[in-house]
Amino acid sequence: MALLEIKNLTVEFDTAAGKLRAVDGVSLSVDKGEVLAIVGESGSGKSVSMLAVMGLLPWTATVTADYIRFEGRDILNISPAERRRIIGNDISMIFQEPIASLNPCFTVGFQIEETLRRHTNLDRAARRRRMVELMQAVGIPEPEERLRSFPHQMSGGQCQRVMIAIALACNPKLLIADEPTTALDVTIQKQILDLLLRLQTETGMGMILITHDMGVVAETADRVVVQYKGRKMEEADVLSLFEAPKHPYTKALLSALPENAVGDRLPTVTDFALEEAPYTGGQP
Amino acid sequence: MSRIVLETRDIRRDYVVGGGLFRKARTVHAVKGVSLKLEKGKTLAIVGESGCGKSTLARMITMIDAPTGGELFIDGEKVDIARQKLTPELRRKVQIVFQNPYGSLNPRQKIGDVLMEPLIINAKLPASERRDRAMEMLKKVGLGPEHFNRYPHMFSGGQRQRIAIARALMLNPQLLVLDEPVSALDLSVQAQVLNLLADLQDEFGLTYVFISHDLSVVRYIADEVMVMYFGEAVEYGTRDEVFSSPKHDYTKTLFAATPRADVESIRRRLARRRAA
Repeated sequence: MALLEIKNLTVEFDTAAGKLRAVDGVSLSVDKGEVLAIVGESGSGKSVSMLAVMGLLPWTATVTADYIRFEGRDILNISPAERRRIIGNDISMIFQEPIASLNPCFTVGFQIEETLRRHTNLDRAARRRRMVELMQAVGIPEPEERLRSFPHQMSGGQCQRVMIAIALACNPKLLIADEPTTALDVTIQKQILDLLLRLQTETGMGMILITHDMGVVAETADRVVVQYKGRKMEEADVLSLFEAPKHPYTKALLSALPENAVGDRLPTVTDFALEEAPYTGGQP
Repeated sequence: MSRIVLETRDIRRDYVVGGGLFRKARTVHAVKGVSLKLEKGKTLAIVGESGCGKSTLARMITMIDAPTGGELFIDGEKVDIARQKLTPELRRKVQIVFQNPYGSLNPRQKIGDVLMEPLIINAKLPASERRDRAMEMLKKVGLGPEHFNRYPHMFSGGQRQRIAIARALMLNPQLLVLDEPVSALDLSVQAQVLNLLADLQDEFGLTYVFISHDLSVVRYIADEVMVMYFGEAVEYGTRDEVFSSPKHDYTKTLFAATPRADVESIRRRLARRRAA
């Protein structure tokens, strides 16, 4: 049984100009101990589909699916209270902008503790021990000291480590990382990705990594889903995707990588015939 | 040997920060003496992590900020904006394109006005000719005359970056400073903008200073590469020199940290993962 199974997920937003379909019939699954990457450009619906799983979409969104199952249990049609017991506990998520996703008014220690208070029965001393343990696990030096820091006193990379500590506080079975390194420098990106993969291997959790960066996919994923304009274009294990991409869009994406350039001009996505999903240069 | 368009000699920039009632002011050395020379028609890429001083260097080259030490030569002419006023002729020679195409265009200004504004300020031309030039430039960067009267919000990120490039080219500059021009763009759009830059360089004989943190883009576009670290140029040479035999430790760290997307590296990684 897969850890998370999504079948035929569709998300629509009510806008002034009518319904906007952001995700269109996407199905995917993640197993325990597996790293699944969802790649796509902006507007491909990769974040929205995961926010739908987390139940974090605004009220203007309509989520429909045949089913969204976590450990075989339907999480689409349960009460909000039941869902909150799963979210943050068994499934947790980290976001793109580490500095923006932490609350500037509270210390990082307070924000890690919040999750523990909500989801565990640990007493104050045990929570404290767990917090220090988490800070050590994510590689922040002098954890006792740093728990008293505010987000603005830390660098972007350290804030992202704190976010990871919050996400891992309750030993989740599934971690969803939405562009966790996009705002960071390459050297820091490497450290954060290494950290995520190490923690993933140690705990055996499943991980969904949302990214637009083919390099990050190549360095982390076991399996890859390519999304374009809300639809799933291709799904393959990482090696076959890079070795022999099947869908024209995937081929186009890979050849647009500067390191794959032949000659002095890059092939662009428009150079490829995209029968199933015509590319219109960002215009409707 | 072709003409040197840009030269800096031991250029420096210090910022004085803090300094309040209870705190002493302290000096931050953002750029600590960088020397470079760039020939006409070439591309110099400046690489480094955030806070290494690469954007400060770009601002000095573009004559937005005055250096606090060292000398700057544009087209063989010594420039010191701290002492003498910047002439329109000089302003015309160097232009800049910023990173974020959403922030660098005035949302209340139509695209046509965006493009004509540099001409109004720096050149004395009749309105009809300004309009013609703006139309022509729109076509050059792959947009059409129908875009002339639209506002920035009606464009996608890639199109906005094309507009920012068009604006920079309105004065026929010799040197274009590109401060992370593609890092806010999607991969496929990034490829289009990089191609456009290459086309324009061929057509106008432009010289580029290309600031980036993305080594795969740098490897593709640059003739010369400078790696900056804490305000210093730790590595400077032709692209092949820097990429084939990096000398400084930081450059090596940077190369090691860059994700590799070739099949061989993926195989190696998967093998390691299976072993672990």
